[in-house]
Formats: sequence, C-alpha cells, structure tokens
Amino acid sequence: MILNIIIYIFIAIGCFFNMMAALGLHRFPDVYTRLHAGTKCTTFGSIFLILAVVIQSISAWVAEGLSSPQSILTLHALIALVAILLTNPTSAHAIGRAAHRSGIKPARAVVDDLEKEKP
Amino acid sequence: MWLPVAIFLAVCIAIILVRLFLGPTPPDRLVGLDTLNTLVIVSMVILGASFNEVIYIDVAIVYALLSFVTTLFIAKYIEKGGF
Amino acid sequence: MRTFLITTACAFLLYLLLTTASGPLFLWSKEELIIGAIFALIVAAIVRKIFPVKNLRLLNPKRWFLFLAYFFGIFLPAMAKANVDVAYRVITGRINPGIVRISPNLKTDLGITMLANSITLTPGTLSVEVDEETNDLYVHWINVKKEALEKIPRDCKYVCGKFPDWARRIAE
Repeated sequence: MILNIIIYIFIAIGCFFNMMAALGLHRFPDVYTRLHAGTKCTTFGSIFLILAVVIQSISAWVAEGLSSPQSILTLHALIALVAILLTNPTSAHAIGRAAHRSGIKPARAVVDDLEKEKP
Repeated sequence: MWLPVAIFLAVCIAIILVRLFLGPTPPDRLVGLDTLNTLVIVSMVILGASFNEVIYIDVAIVYALLSFVTTLFIAKYIEKGGF
Repeated sequence: MRTFLITTACAFLLYLLLTTASGPLFLWSKEELIIGAIFALIVAAIVRKIFPVKNLRLLNPKRWFLFLAYFFGIFLPAMAKANVDVAYRVITGRINPGIVRISPNLKTDLGITMLANSITLTPGTLSVEVDEETNDLYVHWINVKKEALEKIPRDCKYVCGKFPDWARRIAE
C-alpha cells in the first residue's frame, strides 16, 4: 500500500520533469539554453521513472520468491539507468562544443569568454 | 499502472518532434534528437515493466549506448562540416 | 600487458553482470562463461592501443567509497536543486546567460571528466569546451551573477562550489 503511494509519487515527479524538458525545448531561445533543459530535466526524470520500475519489480520479486525473473528485470533496469547517467552529460558536452565551433553565438549573452579567447 | 505513463511519454516525444522539425540550426535538431533518445530509452524500460518482459530493457541498454555513439558522430560532423 | 588484463577483467565482469541467472553453475551457465571470456579477450585485444591504463589509483576501494559518498551526499541534492531551478526558468522564461572560463587546476583526464559531467548536471551550468593544455573549462551559465564577473579567470566557487575538491580527492 505505502509502496504504491511511493511509486505513484516517483512517477508523478518523473513525468513532470520530462514534460518540463519537452516544453523547455520550445521556451528557450538558443541551443545552449535548450541543452540545459534537454539534458538536466530528462536525466532527473529518467532517474525517478526507472526507480519507480525498480521499486515495483523488487516488491514483486519479494512476493514471488527468490528465483523469479523479476530479479533480472531489476538488475537490467539499474544498468540502463547507469548507462543514461554516463552518456547524457557527455553527449551534451559534445553538442555544446560542436555548436560553438560551428559558429553559433549564445543568444542574449552578457559575457562570452570563449568568443574572446578562441574566436 | 504503467501504460498511461508510456502514453504520457509518447506525448512528450511528440512535442519534442516538433522542435526536431522546426529547429532553425542543425545543433538545435541534434539537441532535440538527444532528448528524444533519452525519452525513448525510458519508455522502453516502462514498457518492459508493463508487459513484464526483460527483453525490452535489454534493447533499451543497447539503444542507450548506440544512440550515444550516434550523437557523438553527428556532433563531430557539425563541428568540422564533414568527416 | 597490464592494460590488456585489466580491460579483459572489466569486460568479463560486465558480460557476467548482463547475463546473470542464465544457469546453475554459480548463477551462470557454462556456455555463457566460455563465450564471455572469449569476447572479453577479443575486445581487450582490439582496444589495447586506445585505452592506456596509466595508473592503478582507481582500483583502490577507498576511492570507490569516496565516490559513493560524493554521489549520494553532494551530487544528488545539487541535481535536485538544478532541476527545480531549470523548471522555474522554463515556466517563467527569466534567463541571463553567458559563457565563463574557470580554472579548476585538475591534472588527470578522469578528474576533468568527472568535474565536467558534474557541472553539466548541476545548477544552471553546462560545460561547453575544455582547454586541453591547461585543463580549463568553459562553462555556459544560464544565470550569470554580477559578482563572479569581476576577475579573470572566474572564481570557481560561484560556478561549481566544492566539486573540484571532490574530483581531486577521488581521481588524483
């Protein structure tokens, strides 16, 4: 019962942040600020959604006994979470660097050290 | 319990697809693609929990790693204007 | 040779993790163990030129515990704050962006990678470019504070707080 409430809360948080990521891609003016929305919010939302899956499958695992296939589901969901956590910031870094080297200026910037030092 | 979440994520993916089509510059589209990939991975995990099938999650892991390599290559292409 | 062995061990462990509960022999079936070892050897032979293991520091369990303490104690709270911050900016649309240069004085590649990833996932900042000679980071900042702009290079404490100290403790 209380587990179900926790799962629903996690799902709500995860869905909210994923929606924020999708809206942020439209609200922000240029590629760098869009990267903020697209990287942080989806990573955080994914953590909560996958944790909800993990909690649910662990409770099913405990209910069904040790040798149920739920154990594999738990482990693999955690591996998928680690893969997301490792790859998401790295690809954001790559996109930001590519955008700056291909000559896109940050919109409405108050300061740009990179532009001054490496034009 | 899980299918509404998957449908909600599909709505998010549809909103991101609009940015993918509109995006004025190539990096904008790439940001859209990267965000979309993450959401696809999460929906695969959710679907795996929904149908109680481990194979969906295995596909999600492989998709995560392959989409990472794809993003890096497109970023490299945009950076140099060619390979 | 050392590189080859360490890569083989890591690849084999990863393979075992992915194929857990496939059979009776210590949770793994005989076929999985054999094919896993063969693939680990092939992968290690292919990547031994591009994955040089320069030092064995990271095999020290003390650093793993430090990393876990950093991850759960400092990184996750900062990430939660970052997301509330970004959600607030998505709804209100108040931004004040800029790119600043910081010098965290880290020596190793692993340290700078950890710091850059931490910066990307924490409040209002995103690493854009790294200077490979001096290991300086260029950081896109969504809400530039006035007091951080007074001197060059910019002060680390406004951009990333205590992260450089932790990255140094774990990776160097």
